[in-house]
Amino acid sequence: MNFDSLLWVLLLGSLLGLELIGKVPPTLHTPLMSGANAISGITMLAALTAIIKAEPNSPLLIIGSISLGFALFNVVGGFFVTDRMLAMFSRKPTKKINN
Amino acid sequence: MNLPDIIKFVIDLLAVLLLALGIKGLSKVRSAREANILAAFAMLLSVVGLLSYYLGTSGIPAQSWAWIIVGSLVGSLLGTLLAKKVPMTSMPETVALFNGFGGMSSLLVAIGAFLFPFNEVAKAGSLEPFINDSSISVSIFVGAITFSGSIVAMAKLQGWLSTPGWTQVKARHFVNIVFGVTSLISFIYLISGNVSSIWLLVIASTLLGIGVTLPIGGADMPVVISLLNSYSGIAAAAAGFVVDSQLLIVAGAMVGAAGLILTQVMCKGMNRSLISVLFGGSLSAQTTTSSGSGEYTNITSCSVEECALTLEAANRVIVVPGYGLAVAQAQHTLREVTKKLELNGIEVVYAIHPVAGRMPGHMNVLLAEADVPYEQLKEMDVVNPEFPATDVVLVLGANDVVNPQAKNDKSSPLYGMPVLDVQEARTVFVIKRGMSAGYSGIKNDLFDLPNTSMVFGDAKKVLSELIGELKDLGVGDK
Repeated sequence: MNFDSLLWVLLLGSLLGLELIGKVPPTLHTPLMSGANAISGITMLAALTAIIKAEPNSPLLIIGSISLGFALFNVVGGFFVTDRMLAMFSRKPTKKINN
Repeated sequence: MNLPDIIKFVIDLLAVLLLALGIKGLSKVRSAREANILAAFAMLLSVVGLLSYYLGTSGIPAQSWAWIIVGSLVGSLLGTLLAKKVPMTSMPETVALFNGFGGMSSLLVAIGAFLFPFNEVAKAGSLEPFINDSSISVSIFVGAITFSGSIVAMAKLQGWLSTPGWTQVKARHFVNIVFGVTSLISFIYLISGNVSSIWLLVIASTLLGIGVTLPIGGADMPVVISLLNSYSGIAAAAAGFVVDSQLLIVAGAMVGAAGLILTQVMCKGMNRSLISVLFGGSLSAQTTTSSGSGEYTNITSCSVEECALTLEAANRVIVVPGYGLAVAQAQHTLREVTKKLELNGIEVVYAIHPVAGRMPGHMNVLLAEADVPYEQLKEMDVVNPEFPATDVVLVLGANDVVNPQAKNDKSSPLYGMPVLDVQEARTVFVIKRGMSAGYSGIKNDLFDLPNTSMVFGDAKKVLSELIGELKDLGVGDK
């Protein structure tokens, strides 16, 4: 793709990001940060591309693989930890207090 | 456009849409959990899209498959393990670590793309090599800062690193400027064809990340992590330019922008500007002789037993949990106390200041973990008018967020910060280890008020003693 159309993509993506989370209840600040953090591991796509195109360059294969590992650590761990936090909120409010 | 291109295009479009919906859903309590799963699914979809595209076009060599599988297995397994094992109280440093690793990933892939160009960069003379090298440089620069900054932030939150006095000297700005300028110079060398200057760029930006994060005090760290989270989005977007992926650019840009908004929200809650967080140094190390300091003249301290007696007679109790409670990991003990009170027919509510805990929203997570019903957690604006009709307020490890100076004293550095009006209640118990000042280093006028009593001790210890006293009084024995 052309550089200028990629810049447009960047601009529109940023604007979308600014709009997406206008109002967040303070409760969700930590989970939202954690979830967004997991998404930032999308850089795994770059690592994948590098590995696929690396053949037969072994140093690049290794660098790409380590990079992929770091990215997936971020993505998988990030989503699980976010889910752990959110699971506590979505528990049905039990009314067992009065007995 | 042939078929693989079209399929890839559609999948990418769908992934972006789902990611956007995911981030949006994460900002609402009701949809948050599903949104998180949706975002995870979108990520998976993007991987499937990428792999199937290459399968359908150039094919994926067996050796690449092997490295893909090794990398993803190791990364996912370790990430899952950490995510499942880590205690809820250490959430801030866990997020910092994940974030740092994301930055490291961008850094590595950019180094790889520079040393072993795998994208067809157009011939010399056109703009393309310049754009390619610039994107790589940005990716390295931001990735390295994200990595080293996040690791320092994590080490500080873990207590592995303190804020040494020498980091507070003004000369640190000069040192950081040197690191920044060095990065810029190595960037210029890099785009003019000097390959080895990439290492200078890596080192200078790593040191810049450390230099900027190290002087920042522990309590400001959440803001820093949020900002670094935004950076890691930018690093991903830059990596998107390197590998020519619109999906990567959009997702990175979304995270970058959303992270900025979140950072702004956090700063507002702490009554700090982003500039003063980043360049002001550690607040507590600075304001030892600030205008708000002074001697306490009218401190009343009381025993746990007195506190229990007052609680027993109350109709309505508001608990104000803070940083100290999170650090003492006393949320479960607190829940036992409030359960006893509730069994006695006492109405218990938790007042959550927007920045209570170690991170905004962290207190809600901790209390939810301790089984506190969601509807008992009340936000500041909702709970503030309720204090006058409240018999007892228990302040647990919170300090600056209950300082009336923020409303009354125009000369106070806290003035203007949103606070909980606990002093309006009939009796206030402040459970606190000693008379040390809060994170701002400012005297808390609340402690001097006649209706405030101090219960000295570690939050967890005091609460478990309180359980014993309440038991002796027969509260909640049914």
